[in-house]
Amino acid sequence: MTADIETFAKTAEANTPLRMQVLRNIRNRPTASGAAIAIAILVLLALLAPVITPQNPYDLASLSVMDNRLAPGETGMTGITYWLGTDAQGRDMLSAILYGLRTSLLVGLTATAGALAIGSVAGLLAAHFGGAVDALLMRIVDFMLGFPSILVALILLSSIGRGVDKVVVAIMLVQWAQYARLMRAAALVERRKEYIEAALNFGLPTRHILLFHLLPNSIGSVLVVASISVASAITLEATLSFLGVGVPVTQPSLGLLIANGFEFLLSGQYWIAVFPGIALVLLVMSLNLLGDRLRRSFNVRGP
Amino acid sequence: MSETFFELRDVSRYFRSKPSLTQRIVTALGRTGPPPALRAVDDVTLRIRAGEVVGLVGESGCGKSTLARVATGILPPSAGEVFYKGRPVTELTGKDRLNYLLKVQMVFQDPYASLNPRMKVGQLVGEALRVHKLVPKNEVGERTRGVLKEVGLDLGYMDRYPHQFSGGQRQRIGIARALAVEPDFLVCDEPVSALDVSIQAQVINLFMDVRERRGLTYLFVSHDLGVVRHISDRVAIMYLGRIVEIGTAAELFAKPAHPYSQALIRAIPSAVTRRRRAFTPLKGELPSALSPPPGCAFHPRCEHAMPICREVRPPLVQISPDRSAACHLHSTSESV
Amino acid sequence: MNAEFTQDAPLLDVQGLKTVIHLPDGAWPAVDGIDFTVQRGEVLGLVGESGSGKSVTGFSIVQLMDSPAEVIAGRVLFNNEDLRLASEERLRSLRGNRIAMIFQDPLMTLNPVLSIGEQMAEAILEHRDVGRQEALRAAADALVRVGISLPEARLRQYPHEFSGGMRQRVAIATAMLNAPDLIIADEPTTALDVTIQSQILFEVQKLARDSGTAVIWITHDLAVVAELADRVAVMYSGRIVEIGPVDEVLDRSRHPYTLGLLRSSAAMVEPGQRLNQINGMAPRIDARPSGCPFRTRCDRAMSICAEQDPTPTIDGRHGFRCHNPMPQRDAA
Repeated sequence: MTADIETFAKTAEANTPLRMQVLRNIRNRPTASGAAIAIAILVLLALLAPVITPQNPYDLASLSVMDNRLAPGETGMTGITYWLGTDAQGRDMLSAILYGLRTSLLVGLTATAGALAIGSVAGLLAAHFGGAVDALLMRIVDFMLGFPSILVALILLSSIGRGVDKVVVAIMLVQWAQYARLMRAAALVERRKEYIEAALNFGLPTRHILLFHLLPNSIGSVLVVASISVASAITLEATLSFLGVGVPVTQPSLGLLIANGFEFLLSGQYWIAVFPGIALVLLVMSLNLLGDRLRRSFNVRGP
Repeated sequence: MSETFFELRDVSRYFRSKPSLTQRIVTALGRTGPPPALRAVDDVTLRIRAGEVVGLVGESGCGKSTLARVATGILPPSAGEVFYKGRPVTELTGKDRLNYLLKVQMVFQDPYASLNPRMKVGQLVGEALRVHKLVPKNEVGERTRGVLKEVGLDLGYMDRYPHQFSGGQRQRIGIARALAVEPDFLVCDEPVSALDVSIQAQVINLFMDVRERRGLTYLFVSHDLGVVRHISDRVAIMYLGRIVEIGTAAELFAKPAHPYSQALIRAIPSAVTRRRRAFTPLKGELPSALSPPPGCAFHPRCEHAMPICREVRPPLVQISPDRSAACHLHSTSESV
Repeated sequence: MNAEFTQDAPLLDVQGLKTVIHLPDGAWPAVDGIDFTVQRGEVLGLVGESGSGKSVTGFSIVQLMDSPAEVIAGRVLFNNEDLRLASEERLRSLRGNRIAMIFQDPLMTLNPVLSIGEQMAEAILEHRDVGRQEALRAAADALVRVGISLPEARLRQYPHEFSGGMRQRVAIATAMLNAPDLIIADEPTTALDVTIQSQILFEVQKLARDSGTAVIWITHDLAVVAELADRVAVMYSGRIVEIGPVDEVLDRSRHPYTLGLLRSSAAMVEPGQRLNQINGMAPRIDARPSGCPFRTRCDRAMSICAEQDPTPTIDGRHGFRCHNPMPQRDAA
């Protein structure tokens, strides 16, 4: 409020690194810390899936068609207890969900990382060079953001076909534009600061100024938004897979599992669709809650 | 005999705001001309001799910070020419241009914005040395420690980030960063105005020590006349983008010739000399630099304004061996 | 100013005021038990560097302290009414009428969606029984007094059409409108040019003299105080280390910090000479030394300064907190 209070508040800041402040901010919120723990567990389960699952759900040799559509808790021919039931091919749902979690996380994280990289570079170049470069890049961004992302992704995938790599590319292409816009706005603010003038005064190469001065100081808000967008990338992937244009059947994600169970939902075999659904909701909700907390503690406005 | 160490010759710097779409359409339709340019610096000539300290004074918006940026090469001039050691800097390329940029260093006003918050002090001070390979790699650390010590900073601070320092310490880091590349000319843009009173004296002393030790030349930009009088050999006073008076510090402060200089010097508060004194306000407003008054820009506020002041812009002319002023009061008395 | 006449009934009487800032690792005193009075028509300069607690003092007087700051002790008697006990409603009415605040950032007081004229006329009409035209005329007069020309045209404009310096002058003019009993101004001219600053100082003095308005002028600039104030209080690390009439404090300083600040001015030495600097920097709020907080920077420090916090010494109207004060001397 007053200059004095600011001075005093800086005392507190100077003592605590930003990381610590954010950590404290998360730890003090039960929802945020709950979300963080949930994410940690889900990621750990996904990583360890091959070790901890009772069967490899995509090794057809280990499946028994006789075990198909068993209800949760039943024990099958192979002697495994299917705690979450089995699907139409006699596949253990628990194993399928953990493998699906892997695919969903893999797609969500790589697509976000890719979109972040493309968008950041585009935003940085637009901010630094301005003029025609800026105008061209930002018109492309406006164009991209003008269409619903699900529509663009659907059209893209129906022309290039299914595949984990293709879904990643499609999500990257529909998501980079938001990062470009954010990055440009942040970089435009930073570019006016005196430390950039100092870098110019030292005759430092443009590449160096972009990489070591402008980028590290502009990327904060973009990273925070990216952390929230992992959730939307996962949702988008799930939607595409549910619609049958996403990941291939040989490597199903949570979205595809839900689609597979969908036809049995009305015949009472709810577990085939509902359990993957719960896993997806838990993952997306936790990511959103944590991302929202991060956004607040960095004081970043959403896209 | 020798060439002038540093010279700004007829330098102007305009800022043109980017026209909005509507403005562009109106312009294309031929309804109006392009938007007016802001003349931040308007036809300024300033010669600086090696080893002297020139103070540049003026109120906010007079263009003094822009002039500092043109001098250091951060901003190119819109018109006119900057000469460093007799050579026009626009003609310099490659190694020569880099040499000019490094030899003419800037110390900034805001100790918070002028240091990259993501770099440690050691990296920040040694950056130009490393990137331009000015010294062998294994000597960068030594040179960095040397300048940090010179500005009075503890060497244990090398691995800290700028936010862990107070304003005064940050300003020392900024000075160390400039000194690291061994400049011979420091352009200081309001280097103490953001600091606490008891810290200002420390930093001004540092500037004086460094100058004595290294034989530097300074262009010292400030709105604080007390500080400028103290540190400068010569002082230039700016009003609306132009130098209205320039002369030796002692003489100019003792007997300002331009009515604006007089008003400015009269307005300085002092804890020592005057207390609750009579007051004569300077009438009117600082006009917008987008549409400066015709003739002498100061005439609407000047108590001595004559008809000629409204029509003819007074040139900066020599009025005594060491003094020039841009005022019709003096140019007419000279011609009589 | 008639000190004898009003001596027993000060307009503002602050006693033992203490305001803490709550930081993650504890509550630290930003204002650490200060006492002072202000008479009607008197200008008190409150001088200190950033972090000295001078701004917090100003806000604490009018009970405008929000988290993380909190006033935890002391009395603030304004016309014999303790503002610490006053209701929020009562405080609001006082702040709008009898006590005016001028902030460093003028946008804290100006409403962006109302024209300058509407805001200023509103302020007059709320407290005076006059017509709208008369209120606008008074507003125009006030603008002229802070050096704004063409006031009628200015009154029709909105805050965003003004430069920062102009906005501050509007805020100052608005504060002066109703000739309040007390104006608390927090670094109001720091961002202004010297020519405008000197005009505003002149007008503030005139207001104090003519309408008996008391002024607390918070600043880091001793030179401004020398020109403007009747009395001065010098703050360091949350305490008032020296207080008294301006001539006393500036010409016969007893506290080494006050003297150090004065002597560090460029006007105190020949041009080109090194300035007399105070070494070191003010301690952070959470790292203040034991005893006297200034002792680590003081060249007169003795062993007792580390052990005991000096209590105030009163010498006539001149007070200071120092174990080893500058010897009493005649005016230079």
